[in-house]
Amino acid sequence: MTTVKTTQNAPRIDFSDLRNLLAMLALSAALYIGAPLLFSAYNLNLTAKFICFAIAGVGIMLVWGKGGMLALGQGFYFGIGGYAMAMNMKLTDASLNGGNGVPDFMSLYGDGTVPAWWEPFRNPAITIAVIILVPALIAAGLGLAVFKNRIKGPYFAILSQALAAAFVILLIGQQTTTGGTNGLNGFRFFFGQALGSPDSTEFLFHIAVVALLATMFVAYVLLRSRFGELLIAVRDSEERIRFLGTDPANIKVFAYVIAAIMAAVAGALFSPIAGIISPADVGIIPSLALLAGVAIGGRTNLFGSVIGAILFSFAQNWLSNEFPSFWTYFQGLIYILVFGFFPGGFAALMKSLKKLSLLKLGAKHA
Amino acid sequence: MRDINYSAAQELVITDLKVAFDKFVAVNTVSFSVRTGDLRFLIGPNGAGKTTVIDAITGLVPATGSVSVGGNELLGKKVHNVTRLGVGRTFQTASIFEKLTVQQNLDIACGIHRSVFSLLRKPKHVDPRVTKALNTIGLATLSQAKAGTLAHGQKQWLEIGMLLVQDAHVLLLDEPVAGMSQDERDHTGKLLKEISKDHIVMVVEHDMDFMRSFADSATVMVRGSILIQGSVQEVQDDPRVQEVYLGPKSSGGH
Repeated sequence: MTTVKTTQNAPRIDFSDLRNLLAMLALSAALYIGAPLLFSAYNLNLTAKFICFAIAGVGIMLVWGKGGMLALGQGFYFGIGGYAMAMNMKLTDASLNGGNGVPDFMSLYGDGTVPAWWEPFRNPAITIAVIILVPALIAAGLGLAVFKNRIKGPYFAILSQALAAAFVILLIGQQTTTGGTNGLNGFRFFFGQALGSPDSTEFLFHIAVVALLATMFVAYVLLRSRFGELLIAVRDSEERIRFLGTDPANIKVFAYVIAAIMAAVAGALFSPIAGIISPADVGIIPSLALLAGVAIGGRTNLFGSVIGAILFSFAQNWLSNEFPSFWTYFQGLIYILVFGFFPGGFAALMKSLKKLSLLKLGAKHA
Repeated sequence: MRDINYSAAQELVITDLKVAFDKFVAVNTVSFSVRTGDLRFLIGPNGAGKTTVIDAITGLVPATGSVSVGGNELLGKKVHNVTRLGVGRTFQTASIFEKLTVQQNLDIACGIHRSVFSLLRKPKHVDPRVTKALNTIGLATLSQAKAGTLAHGQKQWLEIGMLLVQDAHVLLLDEPVAGMSQDERDHTGKLLKEISKDHIVMVVEHDMDFMRSFADSATVMVRGSILIQGSVQEVQDDPRVQEVYLGPKSSGGH
């Protein structure tokens, strides 16, 4: 009888991924301490904003890169998180200094009463619960309806995008309760922390870095688990999984729910950091931008998707400031380059460069 | 989780199975049963409805009638629930996970025995079922090879191994030796013979030689109905079977 190795040594995540994670930890630690010292308050705030996009990007990496579901409407979940957080901040602000508890814009555009569905958001605990549970429930409901009925590919993509589009229309139509196109802005306090000072910028930046690390850790644990293995198996051969006694829909729904929660947490941090949440932050275009960053960094790579999301945002910010009318052309060029030549994104490019240099090394030693 | 009663699961009973695609009747009220220890071959010319029978049993196509094993009705259940009742199948073209190793393929098939929460843990131990299956299918030395690099025959054996790991009690194999070399055929035949001792095994096959060498019994289907069934000898001697396969004697003149 031949011997069989009794340890499972070829898990999906090998040593290089662990090394990547350690590198990321070191980089984050440097960022956590170094960035506030080096960056101006303005740039620090910008970086914090981009970290929020990276948090949502990790979810997209899971659901799209590993699970093969093209989630075009993650801005919807980002928006739920962002608006929930913003509502809490608006209500807290309105009660400060003997205020009447009615957010400014409601007196301005509406009849000066707070709608009943706003009231629970005065409570910070309820706000946090809403940020996590509501996106999870919606994603689970939508996911079950879609994946149990074997709707996939472009149909799922269109459905998820329609969700973001409908959300924006709803927000714009409800000016007296959601602020309409202006959205919600002018926040003064975030859980007791006064906003608008360099100190608060640093405080929020630190929260964003910690949240990103936590998100990456969750993704890392999921990917090296059997769930991660199954998710990839479902992506590559969904029908086969059924004959193994597992309903692939359950695996997909779970990944989609996790991605939705990650997007919502990102949105909840975005509101205080950006100082505003409006339909322009949650619609189809921002949803696509989230996706683009992940695609460019490497949609199947945890490390790559985070770096990609942050760098894409920097590029977008810089190029659209320097060449306001040309950004869309740059964007198009980036898409063509990435999708045409490096479908695996920069992470795959780095890997093949590494392989090439190893080959050269090997040739030298031979 | 699986409430299958193995002592009662000695027999796969198919009663009045009928599959119709619009007006075309692919399988027309077919009834037969397969017991443990009886390596059954389901044979017949192209388009006889052999694969459709397997598709109907495993929940891929809707059917009427009844298919039961161990007191459980299979018809009307979803694919993954049929699998959970201990009914496994292979396909004409091997559908393994090519990017995963042989062992990982078997490990995924082993998932049927795991709770939902264990999914969130890292794979650490090799299930004894996996080790046993690796030896049974003779791929122990290749356990760490990528499944995509296996030879054609080895891929089919891996599929069979995945069914064993699932603890499938009923194995439905769709043309397992198609495209195999003679050596691979012999190996597969012996493997199936071995497995059929304690499993219900039904093999869909074109190849009469392969059937002659390994079958215990055979069911012959023609145009959606059963022509004859019995021992290999009985089936082989039946003039109608020869007619189906070789054409009527009068017209051919061979």
